[in-house]
Amino acid sequence: MTLTRTLMATSALTLAAGMVTAQDMVNDMTLVSWGGAYQASQHNAYVEPYLAMNDGVSAVWDESSAEAVTKLRAMSEAGNITWDVVDVVAADAMRLCDEGLAMEIDFDTMLAPAPDGTPATEDFGDLLVNECFIPQIVYSTTFGYRTDLIDQPTSVCDIFDLEGFPGQRALEKRPIGNMEWALICDGVAIEDVYDELETEEGVARAFAKLDTIKDSVVWWSAGAETPQLLADGEVVIGSTYNGRLFSAIEEQGQPIGMLWDWQMFDIDGWIIPADLPEDRLNRALDFIYFATDTQRLADQAKYISYGPARASSAPLVGDHAELGIEMAPHMPTDPANAVNTFLFNYNWWASYRDDLDAQFQAWLLQ
Amino acid sequence: MAHAETDAQGRILAADGTPLKQSLQRALRAQKMRALLLIAPLLLFVVITFVMPIGDMLLRSVQNKAGTHYVPDLIPNVAEQIEDWDPASGELPPEEVFRAMVVDLQVAFDEKNHTQLGRRFNYESPGMDSLFRTSGRRVSGLDLETDGPFREALIDINDDWGDLEYWATIKANSGYYTNSFFLAAVDMERDSTGIAQKDPDQRIYRKLLVRTLWLSAVITFCTLLLGYPVAWLLADLPARKANLLLILVLLPFWTSLLVRTSSWKILLQQEGVINDFWVWLGFVERLSLINNQLGVVIAMTHILLPFMILPLYSVMKTIPPSYLRAAKSLGATNWTAFWRVYFPQTTAGIGAGGLLVFILAVGYFITPELVGGADGTFISNRIYFQFSAIGNWGLAAALGTIMLVVVLVLYYVYDRLVGIDNVKLG
Amino acid sequence: MADGASSDAFVEFERVQKSYDGETLVVKDLNLSMPKGEFLTMLGPSGSGKTTCLMMLAGFETATHGDIRLDGTSINNIPPHKRGIGMVFQNYALFPHMTVAENLAFPLEVRGLGKSEREEKVQRALDMVQMGAFGGRRPAQLSGGQQQRIALARALVFEPELVLMDEPLGALDKQLREHMQFEITRLAHELGITTVYVTHDQTEALTMSDRVAVFDDGRIQQLAPPDVLYERPENSFVAQFIGENNTLEGVIKEIRGETCIVQLDDGEIIDANPVNVTEPGERTKVSIRPERVEYNMDRLQEGAHTLKAEVLEFVYMGDIFRTRLRVAGNEDFVIKTRNAPDQVRLKPGQQIEIGWLPQDCRALDA
Ligand SMILES: Nc1ncnc2c1ncn2[C@@H]1O[C@H](COP(=O)(O)OP(=O)(O)OP(=O)(O)O)[C@@H](O)[C@H]1O
Ligand SMILES: [Mg+2]
Repeated sequence: MTLTRTLMATSALTLAAGMVTAQDMVNDMTLVSWGGAYQASQHNAYVEPYLAMNDGVSAVWDESSAEAVTKLRAMSEAGNITWDVVDVVAADAMRLCDEGLAMEIDFDTMLAPAPDGTPATEDFGDLLVNECFIPQIVYSTTFGYRTDLIDQPTSVCDIFDLEGFPGQRALEKRPIGNMEWALICDGVAIEDVYDELETEEGVARAFAKLDTIKDSVVWWSAGAETPQLLADGEVVIGSTYNGRLFSAIEEQGQPIGMLWDWQMFDIDGWIIPADLPEDRLNRALDFIYFATDTQRLADQAKYISYGPARASSAPLVGDHAELGIEMAPHMPTDPANAVNTFLFNYNWWASYRDDLDAQFQAWLLQ
Repeated sequence: MAHAETDAQGRILAADGTPLKQSLQRALRAQKMRALLLIAPLLLFVVITFVMPIGDMLLRSVQNKAGTHYVPDLIPNVAEQIEDWDPASGELPPEEVFRAMVVDLQVAFDEKNHTQLGRRFNYESPGMDSLFRTSGRRVSGLDLETDGPFREALIDINDDWGDLEYWATIKANSGYYTNSFFLAAVDMERDSTGIAQKDPDQRIYRKLLVRTLWLSAVITFCTLLLGYPVAWLLADLPARKANLLLILVLLPFWTSLLVRTSSWKILLQQEGVINDFWVWLGFVERLSLINNQLGVVIAMTHILLPFMILPLYSVMKTIPPSYLRAAKSLGATNWTAFWRVYFPQTTAGIGAGGLLVFILAVGYFITPELVGGADGTFISNRIYFQFSAIGNWGLAAALGTIMLVVVLVLYYVYDRLVGIDNVKLG
Repeated sequence: MADGASSDAFVEFERVQKSYDGETLVVKDLNLSMPKGEFLTMLGPSGSGKTTCLMMLAGFETATHGDIRLDGTSINNIPPHKRGIGMVFQNYALFPHMTVAENLAFPLEVRGLGKSEREEKVQRALDMVQMGAFGGRRPAQLSGGQQQRIALARALVFEPELVLMDEPLGALDKQLREHMQFEITRLAHELGITTVYVTHDQTEALTMSDRVAVFDDGRIQQLAPPDVLYERPENSFVAQFIGENNTLEGVIKEIRGETCIVQLDDGEIIDANPVNVTEPGERTKVSIRPERVEYNMDRLQEGAHTLKAEVLEFVYMGDIFRTRLRVAGNEDFVIKTRNAPDQVRLKPGQQIEIGWLPQDCRALDA
């Protein structure tokens, strides 16, 4: 009850603020996202409620997130930015922020605090990875396995155990993730992994570990491949995005189980383009304040199996809107699942991806 | 006809006394102009969609740009100061260079260009991306008057500024034009001692190039092997049946490339239909038909087959059956008649189909990506990767340019051996 | 059609039938017998089955029924390349990728002849058709007549006993054609080759052949030497098809041995020679060659029937005069007279009387 009251108060406040400065706020927004189920979850969880609360405001979706960086660059060069709020992955946010194409956010004033009053910076915690990026959801790259073909694996290192878990494995055809898992399973502590990978010996060590299973690996390059490979029995265990595994398990009823150990987190969130005119900026900020509050992020989990970026949202995660199943166990961020995790270190990979990818390809060719 | 007048030089004159050649040219010029006007839209289209992108690619492969700016425009002071420094000396650059870096970085940071610079240098020396990114803000906080000496100040900000290799990279890449993309594209690099091969565990492009050409040749050969009889059958059938079959040949074009490739996966995988049949026949070992080079050859042969069949068909259709009959009436067996009389007349179609399939195959990347596994990827996959994932357009352009040159060379060799006039596309 | 199988026949067709589609017979009951060394021409309108017969003989089509024998042995089961039949195609079918000499050497090569022998025979064959200097050229570099000669040389170079030619002169102009007609007959007789020649040009057929087979509707209508064919056509198709011919229609009144009386449709009475009419009352077409019509009554037999005619047109043709008359309602009745010093030149509008010897006027089937 207190929660609802606070929420209503907040909305009323925003509404009041909106009325006072009505002159300074445009009534239409262009939101940019990825299309598909993910965009639908955003639409249901926060865009529709926002429009319902704000009479006369309309929102248009542009499904251009995949080209957000290039398009924003072009728009900025042309001096005509048509987007108001843009959904991007953290790595792209970093680039846009570095290049001054995204606006810097003052998290504690521009974002809602948690219902208990915790300021936004604390509520988002580590996920605030740069000054421009407002996280929404956490997804992860993790493993699914055939429950009927192999024993239940308990550690990501079971990937490297061909005797205990015989059969083919599916891994992504790129070094990111694989190198980390290889080193972790070779006994490197997570905090030392990237230092190790900066050395030739460390890279060699990771490849040596991967060598032990190289002949049993099917390399994928599209996220949809692993669920298919698992379903066909081509592989007994494989990495992919947790959302894909969720649909294979819950929507298609495949005999697949989740292995959450050492899942690699990645974050998706909003940025606001830099240098928006005052009236459009106000609308964008007003929307963001609402769309990233604790309840809204928790609501999104009803529609898609990605974890809310706020710590305060986790307890509020309910049941799936259509399937009616409890969503918490499917959240990468659920405490039970998030025992061992690491965050996709795009900062480090930005420097070393090119180089390591070349070595990775050369290793594949050997 | 009236006899033609000639002038003093013996040139034939037209009726009005001007040399005939000249008046002929004048008459033809108007015709040419009209023709030119007619093809102008096409010409424009070709220039815009073909010549300009290729020109742009050629330029990009040698331009030393960070984002939209030339590197020396972003670090003008460093570029000037670092010239006198010799990396082989084993010493870090002098203080003036560090100071110039601070000056240039401050401007670059204000204009948000420093990360682009970092990314550009990172192509040559991994780690420079984060060096520039993390240094930007703190360097902009330095006061040029009071915070010197700047060598210490920079190393204090990030001790990678004390790395001699990084400075060598900056020196080597401070000009407007660079050959470093081409070096990278042939697995070479420039270190402090000069140009050298990369470590064996980093060499990929030459291997990929050879593999791409080899697999493309194999695919071309397979399409020829499968397409020739089909085209012959088509050419031999009455028009109505041939048209129906032609539609069947073109049928694969009606489904998306992705769908076709995925179907091959389902057919050929370890637990797939073909392997199931194989095991049902009594074999124990399942075959690896996909996620390797064999898979690429199978899937791409299927996808490119129509490009072989169509030119072959169009050439075969023009060969009257009487040639084969003539050959047989002259005493040739079926095989001799085919090999000595029919086949030589189809070389034009083989040439056209072969060139078409080969050039298309060399540029393919979706299929090799999906069914190539570890050892079936093509160089185009790398070009696409450099272009989209890394954003290294320079290297992508250099690789693209090399592919273009290779294809042109092959085309030239083909022209020499067979003669390009003998290529018939339809 | 009395040509049954005789012992000295070289080429024999016996009750041969051919159908392409299983519905219609293109060749119906063909019987033909040729002695060695004969020059036989198949003449007939387009689509009458000439090429089909040739192709069956050459082995590119199989007879649906019946037997074809070459030199006494049935060839139905001998593949084309073993039949040793030289062939000249309507479009010559010279191999475009070989030079003239290579074209000629081809049949010798496949027979395994040595190089020097080959060259000698090729040169001889080229000289024979007066093309000795053209051995190095490609077919595309030759004129139509030259190509034709090469095709002929190629069909003869391996010294076949039987040569088939399918309208070999169809593409040539009149003068060249006449020259080549002469060349071909000369060569055929000199070399003693048996030749089957197809054409639909009757002059060609008459001037070149020992015998002509007139084809129509899949049957041989008449097989006879040229003079017999011209002067004694056995049915009205042959009469119409060979040479110029005047036709009058009527009913047989009376048959008296070698002559008969015919009442024309307009009531007039004429004399005729009954060829394939048997009894009075039968309808008939009578056929008279234009040069056998007389209007000088002195030259007619006593008591001969005559007809009234009106001159419609007079054409001076140099060696002859061609006069068109209206006779018994027929306005296309033509007479030809020699340009002799005493010859009368008729004038349009003139009324004359015409007649003929009964044996020149043949009463044929209607
Ligand atoms: N391959 C074939 N399939 C079906 N019908 C055919 C074929 N070849 C010929 N015919 C038919 O058989 C008949 C005789 O054809 P053929 O070619 O023997 O005639 P032709 O006497 O040589 O005529 P032309 O003087 O025009 O060359 C024609 O009605 C033709 O349509
Ligand atoms: Mg014919």
